[in-house]
Amino acid sequence: MKIERIKNERTITDKATIDKIRADFPILGLQVSGKPLVYLDNAASSQVPQAVIDRIVRYQTEEHSNIHRAVHYLSELATRQYEAARVKVQHFINAKESREIIFTRGTTESINLVMHGYGRAFIGKGDEIILSAMEHHANIVPWQMLAQEKGAVLRVIPMNDAGELLVDEFEALFNEKTKFLALSHVSNALGTINPVKRMTAYAHSHGVPVLLDGAQAAPHQALDMQDLDCDYYAFSGHKMCGPTGIGVLYGKAHLLEKMQPYQGGGDMILSVTFEKTTYNVIPSKFEAGTPPIMAAIGLGAAIEYLSGIGLDNIAAYEHELLEYATEKVAAMPGVRIIGTAGNKAAVMSFEIEGVHPHDVGTILNSDGIAIRTGHHCAQPVMDRFHVPATARASFAFYNTRQEIDKLVEGIRKVQEMFL
Amino acid sequence: MTDMRQLYQEVILDHNRKPRNWGAVSGANRHADGHNPLCGDHIKLSMNVSDDKIEAIAFEGHGCAICKASASMMTGAVKGKSVQDAETMVEEFRGMATGTFDPESADNHLGKLKIFSGVKDLPSRVKCAILPWHTLHAALNAEASTSTEGEADPVPGSMIGEE
Repeated sequence: MKIERIKNERTITDKATIDKIRADFPILGLQVSGKPLVYLDNAASSQVPQAVIDRIVRYQTEEHSNIHRAVHYLSELATRQYEAARVKVQHFINAKESREIIFTRGTTESINLVMHGYGRAFIGKGDEIILSAMEHHANIVPWQMLAQEKGAVLRVIPMNDAGELLVDEFEALFNEKTKFLALSHVSNALGTINPVKRMTAYAHSHGVPVLLDGAQAAPHQALDMQDLDCDYYAFSGHKMCGPTGIGVLYGKAHLLEKMQPYQGGGDMILSVTFEKTTYNVIPSKFEAGTPPIMAAIGLGAAIEYLSGIGLDNIAAYEHELLEYATEKVAAMPGVRIIGTAGNKAAVMSFEIEGVHPHDVGTILNSDGIAIRTGHHCAQPVMDRFHVPATARASFAFYNTRQEIDKLVEGIRKVQEMFL
Repeated sequence: MTDMRQLYQEVILDHNRKPRNWGAVSGANRHADGHNPLCGDHIKLSMNVSDDKIEAIAFEGHGCAICKASASMMTGAVKGKSVQDAETMVEEFRGMATGTFDPESADNHLGKLKIFSGVKDLPSRVKCAILPWHTLHAALNAEASTSTEGEADPVPGSMIGEE
């Protein structure tokens, strides 16, 4: 079964279309601190459209049972819907086969799965794992744990002051001990879109498998696993208009097949005796126990919703928002944008001279504006830019220029207060 | 709290700009380091305590305005106080910031520090205000470092970065 990607001629930019999209998200009508909510924390978690909420309600109301278990009506229905969600993910990222899609709790669990299933089996003493300087903690800590356990070594791709990885230095890191590359597709703290296709090809030329952390990329641009050719790709449902508690690990079938299971339990077995267990085939081998069925079906609905708007449309509109915000904020005296890569997703980290980001966040909140403040679970990135924390506005396709104007106004208010 | 001016009053902004008792006490006999993992707030406190009295106190580090102003005003408030009186203020301040103690309804020693009572409505900022006081408590009890992570959290887990 192959569904053609939905080509949508409509662009988001006109006001009527944006209003219609905003009306799909009930939470956007909320008042916070007596002001209309301005939700600019999409890189942390996106909001959920009514279509996804309705799908979840329908599942819980009419379709719920455990999957892959029983022969009764509801179990078969729930199983069918759960597996249909897997196929939706497959088409969404253009994976070759649906068995290459493993449902997890989120990006973090997906990366940990690869660390346990691949890393612990195939990475040993003295081996080297390459990461980048802009990784999020979820793509650092698991590899650090592995390195500690096995006596392996982490090597870090440096970046320049704009927040771009240094390609020459990246290539120079490879040697015969290099066994793995784990890399962000898009940086959550800086917004940098890394040239992952080229970097993957380079790693492959050294026989090194590649995991891409796509948590920040999946909601904002069209993905094509067969074109990227990465070996693993991890992302989360809740950053792409789906519910929390569901994520995806894409892995090439031949790699998933030779990996060790991550967790033991029901559904991941073919047969169990007290002497020996035979593991199930992929993807079931990696889905021990009852999975988050409702959340997987909700993710499927989110994918349909996003595809209905069109990922290319989303990417183009979000880029317009980023350019608008960057132009406005960069022109403000006393404000520095952190992360100025040439190729950026709609993430804008900034600092206001003399004001700690948490004060910025609290004061903006009093105007109903939600941004993220802190180290964004990327402390090495903060160290690289010599800041303890940043304020970060991250945009989604349901945000507007007017909301960016409110952000700019809020920043001005903070500056006046701290003058 | 919707009006930020209630919390970010001029007194707090002024202590943030020009923290009092900034630096380190030379020949200090009490030290403690306080960390707030959420913001990266870091307070280094040094004191000289003799005959059960805080003779000298100073702090340095980095943090948000709430944290720095709280530290600055705290050092002014406890200087010259007995260890017991300082500990009482630690308890009163902590109670006020977490909303378990209303400084308007009972006798207390907080005085100007009551300006921080507004943080009780901002769960994610309570720890910013409390960190210096935690650090003071640690220094008085000869603990080398402290963190606000142990503090009862009105929103469990909210202080640790997610994503």
